[in-house]
Amino acid sequence: MKAIFGYPKSLQSRTTHYCPGCTHGVIHRLVAESIDELGLRERTVAVAPVGCSVLAYNYFNCDSFEASHGRAPAVATGAKRCRPDLIVFTYQGDGDLASIGMAEIVHAANRGEKITVIFVNNAIYGMTGGQMAPTTLPGQVTSTSPFGRDTELAGWPIRVAELLATLRGKAYIARVAAHTPLLTIKAKAAIRRAFDLQRRDECFTFVEVLSTCPTNWGMTPNEATEWLERNMMPYYRLGVLKEPGDFVPYSVERG
Amino acid sequence: MAKVLMKGNEAIGEAAIRAGCRNFFGYPITPQSEVPEYLSRRFPEVGGTYVQAESEVAAINMLYGGAGVGKRVLTTSSSPGISLMSEGISYIAACELPVVLVNIVRGGPGLGGILPAQSDYHQATRGIGHGDFRLLVLAPASVQEAVNLIYEAFDLADRYRNPVLILGDGMIGQMMEPVEFPPMRPLDSLPEKPWAATGMKDRPQNVINSLYLNEHELNAHNFKLKAKYDQVAREQVRFETWRCDGDLDVLVVAFGTMARIVKTALADFNAAGGRGGVFRPITLWPYPHEQLRETARRAKKVLVIEMNTGQMIDDVRMALGPDREVGFFGRTGGVVPTPDDVLAAIGEVTGKGAAR
Ligand SMILES: Cc1ncc(C[n+]2csc(CCOP(=O)(O)OP(=O)(O)O)c2C)c(N)n1
Ligand code: SF4
Repeated sequence: MKAIFGYPKSLQSRTTHYCPGCTHGVIHRLVAESIDELGLRERTVAVAPVGCSVLAYNYFNCDSFEASHGRAPAVATGAKRCRPDLIVFTYQGDGDLASIGMAEIVHAANRGEKITVIFVNNAIYGMTGGQMAPTTLPGQVTSTSPFGRDTELAGWPIRVAELLATLRGKAYIARVAAHTPLLTIKAKAAIRRAFDLQRRDECFTFVEVLSTCPTNWGMTPNEATEWLERNMMPYYRLGVLKEPGDFVPYSVERG
Repeated sequence: MAKVLMKGNEAIGEAAIRAGCRNFFGYPITPQSEVPEYLSRRFPEVGGTYVQAESEVAAINMLYGGAGVGKRVLTTSSSPGISLMSEGISYIAACELPVVLVNIVRGGPGLGGILPAQSDYHQATRGIGHGDFRLLVLAPASVQEAVNLIYEAFDLADRYRNPVLILGDGMIGQMMEPVEFPPMRPLDSLPEKPWAATGMKDRPQNVINSLYLNEHELNAHNFKLKAKYDQVAREQVRFETWRCDGDLDVLVVAFGTMARIVKTALADFNAAGGRGGVFRPITLWPYPHEQLRETARRAKKVLVIEMNTGQMIDDVRMALGPDREVGFFGRTGGVVPTPDDVLAAIGEVTGKGAAR
């Protein structure tokens, strides 16, 4: 008998701690399948964030780091610069990456670090119990924006993929979602492409994945999926924002 | 090898290369910027990489990544920069990663000034980050000693799997002195690091991690670290005694470049018939408490001299107990005590002066 479906090699076979209906688990699987298909597992190093995916090293079946809050791109930079032969990826939430870790992600992208960043945007701080994130939508109720995010006081949600795409360097930047089968297939293609570009030593690679947090959104998994579709997708448009081929070199003459 | 005349900061960079370090991560700050400047020039010749981080916060986390994949890594900074690294240093100590840190101390608090100071003693030996951990802290008094200690620091870091901090002051970084460098360590002679995150082929997963959600596991982890610190304290206490034979009118306790100024002053004091010696701790942690207690037995007076308002004096008091009177003289903010200032302070505690 031939097994046609099972755990990817790059995932450990254990039950995760993620809530029912949370897309963190789906995204883990897409990352693991991509690593498997490209044959990279034995030289891959994962960098877990502080956030709900802090225990990602218990799920990814590869050598791993657990980084301090927001600093995963700096940790990945150190690892990759010291061992360029390794495949290094970070897996980060939106509080981790777009708030406390904004400097690290912008500068890692700007230096063109040849790493892969998987950015899980669920518009809220999941782990600490549902506080407002830099990605929380206008009017969205969270435990620290109980009357809905007021853009006069808290600013507008940051579109990180667009922001990074404005940087001059060579990069692959895409935004995907993983709450329907079709979108999941597309998300997988983007993640796999990111790892493949890293494998070929091409450029900085970044995939933002829109994700659900039914627990802190206060919804059932189905409601959460609908909410993501109706509210997040119009503000956070899916697609590829930057291809490495868009890059045009430029340099001043040596004085 | 012949001696070369070199600025302290550049010599620190070269010593790190000799020790097998090929990766530097840091952020510019006076008075240590010559280290990254030197390495960004020199690394291409030896196949190293220099990364100018966006901040000290990023730099220390790059060190975490580099040490975690098994490489010898270095950062150098000065006081405010070290404060920013605090969280990262705690993670590194918790994960038992070998890294070498250099603090070329400048006057504080706050933005302070850019001139030499020793005001980060407490930070280095007591409070460099949250949690229960220790750094090995080494304090050189000359450029040559800085070179020797940096070279050895990488071995100590690897042996104990612990961060090692070199605490210099602006004088160490900025002064030029003749130095002799140790030989270049062949990279293939560096110790194996089977615990590093280098990709898992035919071994179980390696995880560089400081998260212990179970309180008993975290308790056990802390006591494992404690046992290591106890071992370091047994094996690594270092100090220098200068003119400490026989009975003394005064024993001056000073570290780093301050101890050199004290020696100059004491040479005059002794020439004028006084009997004074210097006790200079080289490891600020572990501190040579017992050795100081022994040496101080033969001294009528004990005087601590520091370029701060009194920090190491806590360790001296701990060594000598509450019954022993300890004098103090200090200047801060970049005011470096002159040998005359030191002589005056010695005169005050001993009642003996020395003409200069
Ligand atoms: C320096 C520091 N500040 C704050 C925290 C507390 N903290 C832990 S997780 C988290 C937010 C995580 O949210 P996000 O990155 O959106 O990930 P999610 O949990 O939603 O997946 C915060 C603020 C911390 N661990 N460290
Ligand atoms: S709190 Fe939210 S992000 Fe965290 S596991 Fe639960 S659903 Fe997922």
